[in-house]
Amino acid sequence: MEPPDPPTITPASTPALEMRGITKRYPGVLANDAIDLEVRPGEIHALLGENGAGKSTLMNILYGLAVPDDGQILLDGTPVEMRSPAEAIAYGISMVHQHFMLVPVLSVADNILLGDEPVAGLFFLDRRRAHARLRELAGGFGWDLDLDAPVGSLSVGWQQRVEILKALYRNASILVLDEPTAVLTPQETQEIFAVLRRLTGEGYSVIFISHKLYEVLEIADRITVIRRGRVVGQRVPAETDEDDLAELMVGREVQLTVDRGESHPGAPALVVESLRAADDRGHEVVHEVSFEVRAGEIFGIAGVAGNGQDELVEALAGLRAPTAGRVRLEGRDVTGHSARDLHQRNVAYVPADRHRFGLVLSYPLTDNLVLTDYYHAPFARGIVRDDGAITRHAATAIERFDVRTPSTTAIAATLSGGNQQKVVVARELDRELRLLILDQPTRGLDVGSIEFIHRQAIAKRDAGTAILLVSAELDEILELSDRIGVMYRGRLVAIVDGPSASREEIGLLMATGGREVTPTGSASPVA
Amino acid sequence: MDFVLHLPVIGLLLQFVGYLVVVSVQNGNLIITLATPIGLGALCGFMNERSGVVNIGIEGMMLTAAFIAWYVAALAGQVLPAGTPGPLGITLPLLVGLAAALAAGVLVSALHAWLSITVRADQIISGTIINIVALGITGYLGLLISQNSPSSAGNFSSLSLPAGVDGIPVLGWLLNTVIEHGPITLSMLVGVVVLQVLLYRSRWGLRTRAVGEHPRAAETVGIDVIALRYRNVLLGGLLAGLAGAWFTIEYGNSFQGGMTNGRGFIALAALIFGRWTPVGAVGAALLFGVADALGTAIRQGPPTGDLGTFLTAVPPQLFSALPYIVTIVVLAGVVGRSVAPAADGQPYERESKAT
Amino acid sequence: MTLKRAVRLLSIPVLAIFLALVVGAVLMILSSPLINGLDPGLPLSAYAALVSGAFGSPDALVQTVVSATPLILAGLAVGIGFKAGLFNIGGQGQFLVGAVAAAAVGAAVSTAGGVVAIPLALLAGVVAGAAYGFIPGFLKAYTGAHEVVTTIMLNYVAIQMVGYLITGPLRAQGATFARSPSVGNAALPVLFGSNGHLGVLFAVIAVPIAWWLLFRTTIGFEVRTVGASPDAARYAGMRPRLVMMLTLAVGGLLAGLAGAGEILGISGYMPAGYSTNVGFDGITVALLGRANPIGILLSGLLLGAMRAGSNLMQIQAGVPVQVIDVLQGVILFFLAAELLVRRIFRIRAARVQVDELQTVTRSYSSQTPK
Repeated sequence: MEPPDPPTITPASTPALEMRGITKRYPGVLANDAIDLEVRPGEIHALLGENGAGKSTLMNILYGLAVPDDGQILLDGTPVEMRSPAEAIAYGISMVHQHFMLVPVLSVADNILLGDEPVAGLFFLDRRRAHARLRELAGGFGWDLDLDAPVGSLSVGWQQRVEILKALYRNASILVLDEPTAVLTPQETQEIFAVLRRLTGEGYSVIFISHKLYEVLEIADRITVIRRGRVVGQRVPAETDEDDLAELMVGREVQLTVDRGESHPGAPALVVESLRAADDRGHEVVHEVSFEVRAGEIFGIAGVAGNGQDELVEALAGLRAPTAGRVRLEGRDVTGHSARDLHQRNVAYVPADRHRFGLVLSYPLTDNLVLTDYYHAPFARGIVRDDGAITRHAATAIERFDVRTPSTTAIAATLSGGNQQKVVVARELDRELRLLILDQPTRGLDVGSIEFIHRQAIAKRDAGTAILLVSAELDEILELSDRIGVMYRGRLVAIVDGPSASREEIGLLMATGGREVTPTGSASPVA
Repeated sequence: MDFVLHLPVIGLLLQFVGYLVVVSVQNGNLIITLATPIGLGALCGFMNERSGVVNIGIEGMMLTAAFIAWYVAALAGQVLPAGTPGPLGITLPLLVGLAAALAAGVLVSALHAWLSITVRADQIISGTIINIVALGITGYLGLLISQNSPSSAGNFSSLSLPAGVDGIPVLGWLLNTVIEHGPITLSMLVGVVVLQVLLYRSRWGLRTRAVGEHPRAAETVGIDVIALRYRNVLLGGLLAGLAGAWFTIEYGNSFQGGMTNGRGFIALAALIFGRWTPVGAVGAALLFGVADALGTAIRQGPPTGDLGTFLTAVPPQLFSALPYIVTIVVLAGVVGRSVAPAADGQPYERESKAT
Repeated sequence: MTLKRAVRLLSIPVLAIFLALVVGAVLMILSSPLINGLDPGLPLSAYAALVSGAFGSPDALVQTVVSATPLILAGLAVGIGFKAGLFNIGGQGQFLVGAVAAAAVGAAVSTAGGVVAIPLALLAGVVAGAAYGFIPGFLKAYTGAHEVVTTIMLNYVAIQMVGYLITGPLRAQGATFARSPSVGNAALPVLFGSNGHLGVLFAVIAVPIAWWLLFRTTIGFEVRTVGASPDAARYAGMRPRLVMMLTLAVGGLLAGLAGAGEILGISGYMPAGYSTNVGFDGITVALLGRANPIGILLSGLLLGAMRAGSNLMQIQAGVPVQVIDVLQGVILFFLAAELLVRRIFRIRAARVQVDELQTVTRSYSSQTPK
């Protein structure tokens, strides 16, 4: 891949987009503080910042989804106002959101047309005309899309492509992509990069939002770095490196990977044999999965989101009854045991969705910190709660896990994402454990919280806990795991050694299930 | 088979099923008539829920419209000449009453839309309020008005086919069942087809489905979610208005407090049973029409033999309770498999605070 | 609780009541031509009669407390449902079933001693109500049929059931109209005033028990967690299905107790056309009291006063008692539209919406709970 030419645009040329002094306050947060951003025609401009830095807010303002308190937007030098997405679209701005804005039950074609539908007569959709145009558009990229398939049935990689077609269908000139690679495999990422380069060649301007340093260095012509709502620097890839960008992004010198030290695996603590599980609609989505996790090791499960990881984890955590297979914990059969029973057997589970499962957002921290232990001593005698003990416990846990909160009785919803996750981690890790299940433990968190949680996990590993780490974030898997299993379409298609694994190797397995590597495609993984 | 018929319970059950089929065929017209308020109510619910607004206030909307249709028609009858009724028994006072009922339906829907879309109050509470206020206010006014016993403006009549048509085999029955109805029932039969086609083939339908499933996605392609929801809820109000008017100026010609008797809630069950499609919902309403008509049918023409003895011995209250029991059974049986619009019941906030 | 906090908590409910009275006044003036000719003073005389009917004499006060009793119990039935994220609109049916069971058993043991007869009749009402409340709980837990629709349907079924029983098997011999036989010795003793019966104590006892259970025990914690977040409850090892069924059964128990109290404490028998507003009243009481037992006690007393005073209002001012139904609905409207109330009075006040209601609405269109 050839590096892009360094920007050679003269100061006289008019930027395609200019945002000046954009300020946006939310209750208690200054999300954007006088941000300036300038995007030149035909460039890929990266917006770099950690989670919560204010990148998405800025883009929502550009796209008319949020109204700035102050500041100005100029397109080709002309001031404009974006009061709604409809206006942004009319100005030629298109956005691919981090969480895809696709209606799962509607077809691919209907999703692309939506909002800009060709109509024949008074009311009726002219689907035939639309399909012809869409086929041409998709064909231009060599994409063979079934236009009538419901979008929900596509893989995330294909959904991403539908999103890009949506933007192109609307004749956009500025394309915003918010964390477009978060859900993709390395190979798919490369493919998206190729598409973006081709589009800039055709005159599009691209704003590429990311917190991944190496990606930004690879794809961007220029990089604007945002920290806590402010622009803290601008760089050209040729004149910077990862360390420089990291320091800029976080505001201090950071070690991007924790020192994981040496692991000393012991006997198998969790043994999973030919496990099968079905989703809520009764379709089997976990097929014959077998693996083991030894005491004192971190076993990572990589995979593109939606390949059965959720159901596998729920089956192991007692929240979903497996349809077949066996689960053994330190030799004892615990297949289908309840969440509470597993908890009592020193299994802890940090769920992926802390808002839905891990916390009761309307509860104070005191109650959240005993959510899984409220029913026994010292927090209850019989059915009577001991509020004194619950409060004392909260005070200690908050102190030990460095939860930043105004008080022990603060409502969970008022805390930042990082601190919320620390509450979950404090509750689940603050005892002796046999097995720890970490499902996307750092999703959406800032660098400091990620570091903290990774250190906690390694400390538990060193204390002899078996850890199952599930993450769609490949970097996290590679950073922590002693061994890595790859899930693809409900199967564990390979298990590889962690420290020696390469991104490309795992990425290929995630994307294809390793059919190129093992032609049979159904080689049963060996623990 | 002979052996089976000799087992008393199973034999009786099979006879009953056979009788049900016969009764349904014989009383096709009555079933469609009785299904009308449920079907129209379900279509009102369809307009709401497909765009993401739960409406449990249909009962109250219907009750309000029933009262308004009756009272306004009666008032209009005092000042306007009734004249000779036109086809379908249409008179000027009745039309005024109907228009008032439609307006009432839209007005109450506007309240629901404001509470659930703009204020973002809880949608189930909003619907409950409508039910309570409607029951209270129509009961209060109905009581005061009936003390002066105003004369009713009458009601619409059914379309009458030329004599002899009824005699034609099959076709006669079909025409009698489907066509010989008052204007409100006929408008439901037309409305359901129109809505079904528009839902899947029109721009409005596509946008409505998108807004009910994933409003933010719709917003990001430039669709005004709030406006579309308002429009659909208000249009739904027209249908609830029609349903209400059916009680007092088509099926009957007087108003009693609480006369909708839960039809608005049964409509919600019909909507779920019909998987949130117009044809499905009205189809389900017909099932409730059967349950509703059964009591009448048995009283008028009880079957012969053991079944007749058995059915006439059943207390009449059981038949009155039947539509409600059927509703519960249907809900319990299908809910798990019927998937609601994903954003149903969730208020939409334009500005997301996600960073 | 500081005074300031109390004001912030109470301001919206109090203003909602005030606004409802204003709307009620307008309605009375507008409808006065239908009563005794246009009379702008009608609201004043009507409200004066209402107040004197509710508080004007010791007997009136007793009547207020007696009227409040079923409202408080029904309010608790709805309120604890809210806490578990459930909307129990079936108070009416549960009340009727409890009433008819108490009437039947009361009549059967009417000649036994009160010490035996009263508990038996009460128990019948309570068990019947709980069983009737359990049905929608079971249906919700195992089939996903939403309680909003099933409880309402069960109300209509209960009406028919009572109609059948009282005109059929339970009909008293020789009575001039269809009614159940007298409950005789199972009647609740009058403790104070002309009709301050023993049942009044049930509400007084139920309120602190409900509060203690909800906020001081692990059971209440489970109920509240299921209401706040059914998924988090499952994650925490609780059993949302069981909690739902039990909560609705307890709601039915309370409504059934209210029904039994009315039959055994006031009428002494059950007439065929026995009707009750207690279902909707309970919703108003629960929402006005923010699903909190103490709040329910206060709002139950308020609505009880309105019910008690409304009879005198009808007699003296000619305004039908049904106007109270309208007032209740309007109170609820202003509670839901608290934004509007804030704007009218330009105040800052604590939110009055019941948080767990989000769960009610979310579950309306969702799949079977796990």
